[in-house]
Amino acid sequence: MTSPQPKEPATGAPQQNEPRVSGESSPDGTRLLLTGLWTLERSGAMEAAAGDLERIGAKAAAHGGALLIDLAGVAGLDTAGAWLIDRARARLAQAGAVVEVRWAAERQAILLDQAHYRSFEASAPRPGSPLVNWLANIGETLVSAGRDIVAGVSFLGEIVASLLRALSHPSRLRPTSITYHVENFAFRALPIIALINFLVGCIVAQQGVFQLSRFGAAAFAVDLIGILVLRELAVLLTSIMVAGRTGSAITAELGSMKMREEIDALRVMGLDPMEVLVTPRLIALLISLPLLTFLAGLSALFGGLLVAWGYGGISPEIFLARLQNAIGLNTFLVGLIKAPFMALVIGVIACLEGFRVQGSAESLGRQVTASVVKAIFMVIVVDGMFAMFFAAIKY
Amino acid sequence: MSQIPPLPDEPEIAIRVRDVVVGFGQKLVLKGLDLDVRRGEVLGFVGGSGTGKSVLTRAILGLVPKRGGSIEVFGQNLDELRGAGRRSLERRWGVLFQQGALFSGLTVLQNIQLPMREHLQISQSLMNELAMLKLELVGLKRDAADKFPSELSGGMIKRAALARALSLDPEILFLDEPTSGLDPIGAAEFDQLIATLQKTLGLTVYMVTHDLDSLYSICDRIAALADGKIVATGTIEEMLASDHPWLRAYFHGQRARQLALPQA
Repeated sequence: MTSPQPKEPATGAPQQNEPRVSGESSPDGTRLLLTGLWTLERSGAMEAAAGDLERIGAKAAAHGGALLIDLAGVAGLDTAGAWLIDRARARLAQAGAVVEVRWAAERQAILLDQAHYRSFEASAPRPGSPLVNWLANIGETLVSAGRDIVAGVSFLGEIVASLLRALSHPSRLRPTSITYHVENFAFRALPIIALINFLVGCIVAQQGVFQLSRFGAAAFAVDLIGILVLRELAVLLTSIMVAGRTGSAITAELGSMKMREEIDALRVMGLDPMEVLVTPRLIALLISLPLLTFLAGLSALFGGLLVAWGYGGISPEIFLARLQNAIGLNTFLVGLIKAPFMALVIGVIACLEGFRVQGSAESLGRQVTASVVKAIFMVIVVDGMFAMFFAAIKY
Repeated sequence: MSQIPPLPDEPEIAIRVRDVVVGFGQKLVLKGLDLDVRRGEVLGFVGGSGTGKSVLTRAILGLVPKRGGSIEVFGQNLDELRGAGRRSLERRWGVLFQQGALFSGLTVLQNIQLPMREHLQISQSLMNELAMLKLELVGLKRDAADKFPSELSGGMIKRAALARALSLDPEILFLDEPTSGLDPIGAAEFDQLIATLQKTLGLTVYMVTHDLDSLYSICDRIAALADGKIVATGTIEEMLASDHPWLRAYFHGQRARQLALPQA
């Protein structure tokens, strides 16, 4: 039979065409009769039947005499079936039996030849001792962490150098690109950032009024809102939102450009990816984050005002008057000074992680996650350092 | 499914496409297209860029919805198949995408094993052996097994993707421009590989291609697509004799003439 063997759909009668093996003594040795479909349609049963074939064959070989694997009853065969039959043959032969495959149709013979058994065991590397592997893992992690730090520092140096170059040759700045990114990073982010800060302003005001009213000092909630929001909350919440929203976008964008060799394309055209891709994004972030922080502060104060009015009975006139007494220009500036540093942290981490993306989609996902997590972590660390710094200089 | 082997003078049809209409928005790409792919043949599918070759392939595979007509694979209408029936049919075809579409997060070996893991009930060790077998079948070295797709050359990606397409021993193999992006030697080797596999495994091969060499060397029949319809089907000789203007331009153009000379 030379035509392709039609396979039965798996939904057909399950008992019919199951791959089976039976042994039978004959004058010239033991005949191992194979029947049914030896195809992947019957994958599980086929593997079990191949096990039977080896077991029955080994038992028969122990009694002496040759083994004949009879394929005449096989209704269908594919490479997997051929592999299993030839593997059983090879293993029996290895155990010292005389094995022969007989009555294979022409197409089955070709398949058996194609699937000729050979061991793939040697190709797998031998696992070393767990202790050595464990130590090797620790060593590798340490070395790669060290390389990370070196890479990060050299990347920061490159970015600063290209920023300075851009500032000393303003003609090489890309105003169109910067404007486009400012629109994306600041303008389009404004609604969500304003909303979040508004809500947090409301919450701080509610808690301030609620807790302080026990001491009869509900009016001081205004001082609390003003100082907390302007010094810390506005810039912190905005930075975290920007790290999640913009930092991840930058990493994904640069990472997929790296995957598609677009960054190499820029390089061979004589363009510096730092200048074309990184600098505009970084400058846009440096512009966007202070703007967003300012508006976020306003939004949070407005939220505080509404809740203080509705929940605490502090009228807007009193709120604004107390606010003017409570905060000075320095309170406002403390928040705003931090914003460009946060922008730098987020931008550097996002670009660095973007350039680290390797060829796979998995690595893109990993790098984007790393970018967001590291950026948020560093934003909080930097904010803590600023708190200590401003406390030390009593600003 | 009949157990009777096809009669020699009446080839069994593996894929029957009738009056298929596919469009995007206002534009109709396929306008009532008919096509038969016979069991056990290598069908080359040609057509200019943007005429809808890939669209037809994707419509057969169910990746693009069609507006009208019917597609039958092994006599089963794809529109009427649901659930288990559909899945068991999908196991009987393998697809080699143009860019390989290997999963970038998995090694070559894991890529080949993925369909086995999802569809079969076999042990891990047998899965390893079968995957290595397919790997060698398509002419890859054993050390390619543990590499990731990003570490492979273009030719190796095509071979690895072919090994994945073959992992469930399909009966129909869809190839989307299998030799594009390969050097002439690599392309010729790939053609040869497909011809060998087609003979040993008894595959039906549906091949979208632009490669005139492949058309001459391994295709049993050629179908040409123009204006949303099949304008001609037949052997390469019949294509060469056709009067259709596009076919004349295609098979008698500058690049085709050099190949046609030894045939004439």
